[in-house]
Amino acid sequence: MRSSWFLLCAVAVGAAVFGLSRLVQSEYFFFAGYVVLQYIVLATAWNILGGYTGYVNFGSAAFFAIGAYASVAIYKLRTLSGVVAIDDHVLFEIPKALLVWLSDLPIPVLIVIGGMIAGLVGLGTGYLTLRLRGAFFAIATLALAVVVQTLITNWDYVGGSRGAYILRPASAPLVGNYIEYLFLIMLSLAVIAVAAARAIETSRLGYGFATIRDDELAAEASGVPTLKLKLIATTLSGAFMGMAGAPLPYYVTYLDPASGFSLAYAVNSIAMPLVGGTTTWVGPLVGAILLGTIQQIATVTISSAVNLLIVGLILIAFVIIAPNGLVGLVQGWFRKKDT
Amino acid sequence: MADTLLEVDDLTKRFGGFVALDNVSLSVAQGDRVGLIGPNGSGKSTLVNCICGTLHNEGGSVRFNGALVDGMKTHERTWLGMARSFQLPRPFTSMSVKDNLRIPLIYTVDARAKSRLTQAELDDRCAELLTLVGLEDKAQKMPRDLTQVEMRKLELARAMAAEPKLLIADEAMAGLSHSEVTDIVALLIRLNERGVTIIMIEHIMTAVMSFSQRLIVLVSGRKIADGAPQQVIQDPDVVRAYLGQ
Amino acid sequence: MGIPYELLINAVIAGLLLGGFYAAVTLGVSISFGILDIVNIAHPAFIILGSYIAYIVNSKLGVDPIVVSIVMAPAFYALGALIYQVYYVSFEKRGQEALRSLAFFFGLLFVTEVTLILVFGVDYRYVEAAYIGPTLRFGFVDLPLRMLVPCLMSILLFLALQYFLSRSFLGRAINAVAQDQLALKLMAADPTRIKRIAFGLSIATAALAGALLIIIQPVEPSVGREYIGRVFAICVLGGLGSLPGTMIGAVLLGVVESLTSTFYGPSWAPAVAFGFLLLTLAFRPAGILGR
Repeated sequence: MRSSWFLLCAVAVGAAVFGLSRLVQSEYFFFAGYVVLQYIVLATAWNILGGYTGYVNFGSAAFFAIGAYASVAIYKLRTLSGVVAIDDHVLFEIPKALLVWLSDLPIPVLIVIGGMIAGLVGLGTGYLTLRLRGAFFAIATLALAVVVQTLITNWDYVGGSRGAYILRPASAPLVGNYIEYLFLIMLSLAVIAVAAARAIETSRLGYGFATIRDDELAAEASGVPTLKLKLIATTLSGAFMGMAGAPLPYYVTYLDPASGFSLAYAVNSIAMPLVGGTTTWVGPLVGAILLGTIQQIATVTISSAVNLLIVGLILIAFVIIAPNGLVGLVQGWFRKKDT
Repeated sequence: MADTLLEVDDLTKRFGGFVALDNVSLSVAQGDRVGLIGPNGSGKSTLVNCICGTLHNEGGSVRFNGALVDGMKTHERTWLGMARSFQLPRPFTSMSVKDNLRIPLIYTVDARAKSRLTQAELDDRCAELLTLVGLEDKAQKMPRDLTQVEMRKLELARAMAAEPKLLIADEAMAGLSHSEVTDIVALLIRLNERGVTIIMIEHIMTAVMSFSQRLIVLVSGRKIADGAPQQVIQDPDVVRAYLGQ
Repeated sequence: MGIPYELLINAVIAGLLLGGFYAAVTLGVSISFGILDIVNIAHPAFIILGSYIAYIVNSKLGVDPIVVSIVMAPAFYALGALIYQVYYVSFEKRGQEALRSLAFFFGLLFVTEVTLILVFGVDYRYVEAAYIGPTLRFGFVDLPLRMLVPCLMSILLFLALQYFLSRSFLGRAINAVAQDQLALKLMAADPTRIKRIAFGLSIATAALAGALLIIIQPVEPSVGREYIGRVFAICVLGGLGSLPGTMIGAVLLGVVESLTSTFYGPSWAPAVAFGFLLLTLAFRPAGILGR
């Protein structure tokens, strides 16, 4: 199926989901649904690098939080006076009105900005570390997560360790209810992310990624510019994670580094693709819906710490028993039927 | 007098204190069929890896088609026209045989031509390559379903897909039966007739002798002989170091 | 210059002691990652586990934490051997990509941390011992015993390991298994068994490191994550597989962290290690004494 057709189908599915949600009309559904959709984007983003090229990123939280904190930083522009000065010499003054206008930028714009910044950070990290073995890259991403968290915790402008409060606008475009609006945004982002992942997977770029995963040495010998492709994957992956994080401050209304860099993001963005299956776009989608829903139920019925424990155990189990994820199990089952 | 295609000058490679290659020099002309032999550990694979850029050499230089390739990445050298097959086949396991061949076509041939091959052209070339190595009916198979011989043929076909000027076949026949070896040698000669310069690294002397027009012997990282095969195998140094065992 | 030199010297000394302790934490990873090439990012979790066990026995029975850890070391060794067996069967034997094994250890790290949170909560825990309070004073130089004792224990551990790896048959086999499995087989030694012993040994060191950690600072479950970066930064900085390199790297990191903490504030300390790691990976991946 050509990518443009797939996108249309994906949009149709998305529209159907949204239509269904309006029928259900439950505030809780929008809240929980937002989280699951966010994980679809995160898992799909992680998989573009981790699943397609085989380079593991443990620092998903960093890219995600970059998107979130970019939004916070922009929101906080309204608190600035506009005066740019060194010591006591005033250089120039930015009109307050402009700052306020910037701080009210609509969420789609914030998403683009968050995505660009996170993508750049991904590019930079990749450039520093992708020449080395995959294991070193993985460790470097762990390092990155802590460095970024430390930097933001020490940045008082966005609230530092005390956190930042975000006031949601009174009404939302298109649908009125702000939570519904956020749900719709994340739904659109999920549709775009999945369609993009599929387009990459079936393209020449995707084949190149697969050769890196299968055998990087042979890929180079066949003429594949592996470093360039890895950088592309890292940038795209980081960008989508940043995009997933951009609306977060408006969703939670209070953001501090502990929650922005929560371990839940790091483990879920790895567990979901691994459980679902890392070689195709279907895996992260399935993994995110499955694990995301389980966790939403567990958080309500048990406790959030226990639900993280369950995710961790499922991750270990799948990695040992079903390394190709649920998709792999299904594929294997079909193959057995053929023989 | 054919043009020099590959020129290796005083190539040196060390691993810590161990000298794997010690001032190795050789040159290969366009259209040559060169055999490279030597005992295990003599540095043959290291030499290949340095020529192709997988390893960095500490001393000496490699020139391909007149251009200095030191410092160039492996894929850039492939774009220039160097190709190699691996001693232990390294197919792309997640894609079919045909897709394995598409990779060099997409990433090397396209890169050189700066224009894209159409889907139809890609299919044609893949079919051609598969027929050349005798894998036509395995196009849709996955590498894990292939026999040893078929994997080695795939390995060679994939190297050929990059339309190289120089093909280095690294022990492509190890562990194969006599008839299988004859098959591969015939294949390589066919390739050579199409204009590809070939360096064959092998232990199987029948293959080497029937294929090579020139024979180079490497022992302990040093080249100890370079010339016509019949003369080289009678060289007392070669006999002592290698063939006598 | 404006920097009070007493403060500077004390910061450096604190850094040296801290670095000595960091070495204890890292020696295990030097074995598992440096020699065996297993990326065990869950190592810090075992250290924290060691800390909590030391805490329990110390608070219930009043036993010295270091003694607890030495008693626990065989159990940790067994745990390490078990984990290696699972790792070997699931990943090494199958020739699986690094992705899966990384995810496996990440899972272990994660599960350990969350389990500790569930059992102990997020409050800081600490131990009591005779040497935790007092400080030796030489003029203006302060040597807190709670830092000095772990540093000395760490040096002992290093010397013991270095001796074991270079003199004993088993130790030399461990060094060899990294480089030449065939030679080992010819010597009728089973490479898998050797690796299992080595990995068990690396986890056993975590027991001691855990006790030392909770002597130096109060511990809560997420402290482990701070140490991932430190541990791998030191490993890479010191050169993979080189135990002396690990000591040097550890001391270097300790000093830089201490100086940063003293002059810029402790909240920047975690970034130091990881910044070091990123820079080292980017510019000199072979480390200082790399092989």
